[in-house]
Formats: sequence, C-alpha cells, structure tokens
Amino acid sequence: MTIGSTPVKFKITIDNEQCMLCERCIENCSYGVFRREGQKIIPDSRKCTACHRCMAMCPRDAITMQEKPNDYRSHPVWTREAREAIYNQAKTGRIILSGMGNAADYPIIFDRLVLDACQVTNPSIDPLREPMELRTYIGKKPRRVKVSKKGSGDYNLETKLAPNLKLETPIMIGHMSYGAISLNAQLSMAKAVSEVGTFMGTGEGGLHKDLYPYQNNMIVQVASGRFGVDINYLERGAAIEIKVGQGAKPGIGGHLPGEKVSEDVSKTRMIPLHSDAISPAPHHDIYSIEDLAQLVRSLKEATEWKKPVFVKIAAVHHAPAIAAGIARSSADAVVVDGFRGGTGAAPRVFRDNVGIPIEAAVAAVDEKLRDQGVRNEISVIASGGIRDSADLTKTIALGADAVYIGTAALVAMGCRVCGSCYRGLCPWGIATQRQDLVDRLNPDEASHNVANLINGWTLELAELMGAAGINSIESLRGNRDRLRGYMLDEGIMKVLDVKMVGA
Amino acid sequence: MGKTIRIDAKGVHYTPLNIMLREAVADGVKEIILDNVLGQRFIGNGLRGDDVSIKINGVAGGDLAMFMSGPEIIVNGNCDHAPGNTMDSGRIIIHGSAGDATAHSMRGGEVYVRDNIGYRGGIHMKEYQEKRPVLVVGGTARAFLGEYMAGGLLIVLGLNSLFPVNERGVGSGIHGGKIILRGDIDESKLGIGAKKEKLKVEDLEEIRPYIKKFSKYFGLNSEELLKSEFTKIIPASSRPFANKYCWE
Repeated sequence: MTIGSTPVKFKITIDNEQCMLCERCIENCSYGVFRREGQKIIPDSRKCTACHRCMAMCPRDAITMQEKPNDYRSHPVWTREAREAIYNQAKTGRIILSGMGNAADYPIIFDRLVLDACQVTNPSIDPLREPMELRTYIGKKPRRVKVSKKGSGDYNLETKLAPNLKLETPIMIGHMSYGAISLNAQLSMAKAVSEVGTFMGTGEGGLHKDLYPYQNNMIVQVASGRFGVDINYLERGAAIEIKVGQGAKPGIGGHLPGEKVSEDVSKTRMIPLHSDAISPAPHHDIYSIEDLAQLVRSLKEATEWKKPVFVKIAAVHHAPAIAAGIARSSADAVVVDGFRGGTGAAPRVFRDNVGIPIEAAVAAVDEKLRDQGVRNEISVIASGGIRDSADLTKTIALGADAVYIGTAALVAMGCRVCGSCYRGLCPWGIATQRQDLVDRLNPDEASHNVANLINGWTLELAELMGAAGINSIESLRGNRDRLRGYMLDEGIMKVLDVKMVGA
Repeated sequence: MGKTIRIDAKGVHYTPLNIMLREAVADGVKEIILDNVLGQRFIGNGLRGDDVSIKINGVAGGDLAMFMSGPEIIVNGNCDHAPGNTMDSGRIIIHGSAGDATAHSMRGGEVYVRDNIGYRGGIHMKEYQEKRPVLVVGGTARAFLGEYMAGGLLIVLGLNSLFPVNERGVGSGIHGGKIILRGDIDESKLGIGAKKEKLKVEDLEEIRPYIKKFSKYFGLNSEELLKSEFTKIIPASSRPFANKYCWE
C-alpha cells in the first residue's frame, strides 16, 4: 500500500428527498455502483465511469454526478492525469489502455476555421427552392472518357467505368467491428445507412448473417488479422476496405481479448470461442507500397473487379506521400483517419500522442494528389473527430469527398463518451457482448436516431452551402477560398492553404 | 470423367487468365492445364469448385489461390510470394519452392511445398471448427516461421539440410495451432511466446496422413520419413498479451 488509493474520479450523490426507491439505478448500472440498504440507495462512487445510464433512467432526477470531487495540489506540469498514470504503472508495470479518441488538450483546428457566406453579390441559394446536389460518388473516375456518335445522333460511352458507391449525402459511418461493438449497435447503424442512402463499415470482425439484408450498404474490411475474411464475405460487401492503420493507434495492431469472443463473435470472425483475436501491426503480406498494390489487385481479382477497394491509413507525418502511392495502386479511395479517431481500446500513449489532426492531413493529402495530377481519379474519405455538420463542411472544403463518422453515430445511440468501451460492460448496449445489456439497444429505435443525425447534418450542410452560393458538393470539395483561419498560425494556414480572416 | 482443357498462358495478363479459369469451371471443366505460366499473379484467386484440378506448368506469381475455396492446384515450378494467402479450402501442391508469406493467414485447406519457402511462412494461420489449415514444407523455411499463428498445422521437414529452420523468430506470438519440425531447433531461434516440446504419439498420428500425402505427391518413402526425430513448437500461452496491459 505504498501508494494507497487515488481519489475517486466521479462522485455520485442521491437526493433522498427525490428518490422513490424504484431501484432502476441498481438495475441499469452494469458497473455495480448502486445498492439498497434499508430505505436508502447507497452509491459506491469508485465504480462509476460517468456513463450517465443511471441518471438517464432515474424518473425523479435524484442522481447527481460530480467529476473530480477531490483536488490534487494544482501543478501545471504534474497534472492529475500525469500523476494518476504514474500511480497506475507503478502498481502494474504495464501498458495503459484507454478508450475513445485522443483526450489530450490539443487545439482543435476546426474551431479556428470559419466558413464563408454570400452578401449582395453572388447571391446565396435557398435550398428550399433550388436543388442542392449532395450526391457523392466514391470510387475511381476515368482520366478521360471516349464517346462515339450513334447514327441517331445520340452518343455512346465507350470508356468502361469503374464501379462507384453512390452516396445520397457525403456522410458514411466508419468501421467498428462486431466484437468491439454489439450486433444491435451494428444493426441500428446498418438500418440507418440503408434508409438514408449511404454506407457503413463492418470493421475487422466479419459480417454477421443478421446484417446480410443491409449488405448493399456495407463496406467490408480486410485488416491484418484477416478475421471473418473469405470469398463470400468479400462478395457480399458493396466495397472492400483494406485497413492499414487507425487514427487512434497508428502503427500498431489490435487485440480483441478472449472474453469478448462470444459464440456469435467467434462464428462471425471464424476463430475459436474465447480465443484472443490478434491483429498484427502490419499486414504480413504488405511490407512495401508494391505489396499494397498487390493486395488491392488481389481483392479486385477475387471479386472480378466489381467492387471498389479503399485503403485506410492513419494520418501520420508522411500521409500525403503514402496516399500518392495508394492512388497508383488501383485503389478507388484513400481513407485518412486523423488522430482524434475513436477506438474501443488503444494504448493511452498512442491515443494521445501519435498521428496528426485530420484537418491538416486531409488538406495535405488533397494537395499532394492534385500536384501529382491524380486527385480527380481517386476519392478521399476523411475521418477522426468529426463532431457536427460544420466539421463535415470544413473537411470537404479542405479536400475530402466524404467523411466517416464513428463516435458521433454512437453518441446518437446513447453513448456518453465515458471511454470505458474496453470494459465490455457498456450499459447502453453498444460496446458490450453481454446479452442483457445488448438487449437494451433497440435497433428499430436507435436506427431512427442515427438516421436523424445524418439527415440533420445533411440539412445543415445544404444550408451552409446555399448560404455560400454553392449548389453542388463538387463545388465545395477542396474549395479553400470558402474557409478562413481565425487565430491560426501562418505555418498551419500554409499547410491548410487557407487565408486568414480579413484577407 | 470430367472435361479437360488446356490454356496457353504465354503473354496472357492475369485478369483474362482468371476469367478463362472461371468460365471453364462454370462450364463444368474438371481439369485445367495452364502452360507457359510465367509469373502471372493471382491465379485461382477467389475461385470456387470442389472437384476442380488446375495444373500450372511454369512459375506462378504472387498470391496464388488467394481466398480460393475448393480447387486443387498443382504447380510444376516455383511460386512467388504468398501462395495460399487467406485460402479457405482446397489444396496447392508445389513442385518447387515458394516465396515469402507462404500460406499467410490461411484458414483452411492444404499447401504442400516440395522444396523451400521464404520468410514468414505460415504466418497467422488460423483455424475454426472443421477448418484447419495444413502447410507441409519439404525443404527449409526462413525466419519468422509460424509467427502469430492462431491455429492449424505447420510441418517443415528440412530434407537435404542440417536444420528445417535455422533463423530467429520461429513462432513468435503463437497462440494456437502447432509447428512440427523434423530434427531439432535451438531454443534461441524461438520467438517470444513459443515453446519447444518433444513430440507425443498423438502428434505423430496427427501428422501421419499429411506426411503420407506429401510423400505420395513427391515420390518419397513416408515410413522412412516418419521414423525421423521430430520437434514440436506450441504456444507457451493461449493469451500471449494477457499480461501486457492495464486499464486507464
């Protein structure tokens, strides 16, 4: 007990005047915070993760939670987080795992970028009156097309077009695997994207048969562990994504602990029950950019060139050069995942320190591809910390074709960003495989919430575009003139290729 | 007796070649002979068909039979990297050597290599229920053999050489399946998470059918082979990473 216990992270208080002893808090808290003693509910605050499930279910608003109720002696260098990590590692000698995205206090570039609007000249467009073209095609575009004239005066397109994904809105849901999240969570999102006319990723966990009805809106993933990958899986997907890296943990693989490999997860991943699912850091058949091209072509060859193939990389220092390599590999889209991307579990040191922000990465990738004359041939998908329609609009203006959201979709299903996904006890039924918890998430209801979110952002995107006098998503893509930097330094603005406010 | 066809692959790109293969299989052809193969990649990629046999005369390029489900491929020549990559079921018999990452992430079926393989052989092979991949190598393997192995059976016979594998990282991160080596291996060559054991009778019984097939394919005496000394490499733990992490 050299170190003793560290202060509780959250303090739960129950207002006994309000409490009617319905015990919903006891039922709902999967972390075991609450118990009843006589005519009182007694909380054990140390177990609390701030998931808010108890508060959301309390009919009397009798529960309050306070973050960090005990202060440390304040110190600008030796923060609470720094000290608590040391206590943890002094006790365990291990790598600290954490959930959700980057929690370090970096400035958010999105918040220092402002959008443009029309005044007087170049009038704004009313999206109620005028059509707003948000439809986005993801995939390879031909460098040039060849047409021939028919006798009737019509034209024939002679160029064979590569298959593209047709999105009704430039918002997709990124890859979160079955195993990391529940089947009901995947089902909810799958229903939502099918309804809205967009796509979601399966993650590296295979495709559960309950998702087959939605397979035309699902992008299947091939990652370094190759879990759940066979020819049937590849043929079911609308597109195939090779996951090279993830923004939350660039450069490392993933380990799904055996406890999470339930019977259904084992079936979908095609691995034995309760065995660890280990995805190595690299793909062991990709040790070079040529090898990557080989895997891209191998997937295309296996699926008879009918599926677009995406390559996802984490946003790292040389992302633009890597993206340029990907563009030459027959891949149809490059996905760039910024350092704020979420995760079920990642070493804290990676989550908080490795990679670069998506704003800079997408701008740099777009510029590199344009410099090399290939930007028009390949799509760019950006992800990692996109919180609202403003982030979405700015990302497209910085050069993306579309975005992947992850955390935002989970929040739409109730997630409170407590960051305890790795515990497998998610009381919202999202990041868990425990059936009683999974059952709490009703896919019919939750799918509406997710669809509502995408629809709401889509409406806002249309309004923002209309206000800027833009009626087509193509005219927003890479349109940096519609952005200005506010309190951004000159170096960053140069990377983003935006002017400062007032200029 | 099924239909047989012969295709001259000289100068044919892999995509039209694979289209010809698919069409032939769809047409009910049971035996396909590919002549003059010279490095075409992806042959038999994602191909289905349980009683289809493909003979490749020449050198097969990378990712031979990747994702393949069912057919048998016989290569009269060498293979470039990763034959049997993420293969689902079926069989590959290579009358020659194969490159790096042979049988990478293989999920089922059998791969027999008469001579040597490159680095990372059998890396991340995995099994599930009745699907259990088998890789048998007659010659030698390079470093990182069976790394991250999660299931299946990997046999290296080391014929005509002192050791079946004499480089480092053998079985590092192995958490399922087993590696059987004819002869011995120095402990220092094993990767983290791998341990060496003496072969048990049941292990010998387990490898017997595959050694027999190997001997049949390449004209060897299986009884003589089975009299050899073998070493077994298995996971030290099924949870190699269990003690690496703590929670925030």
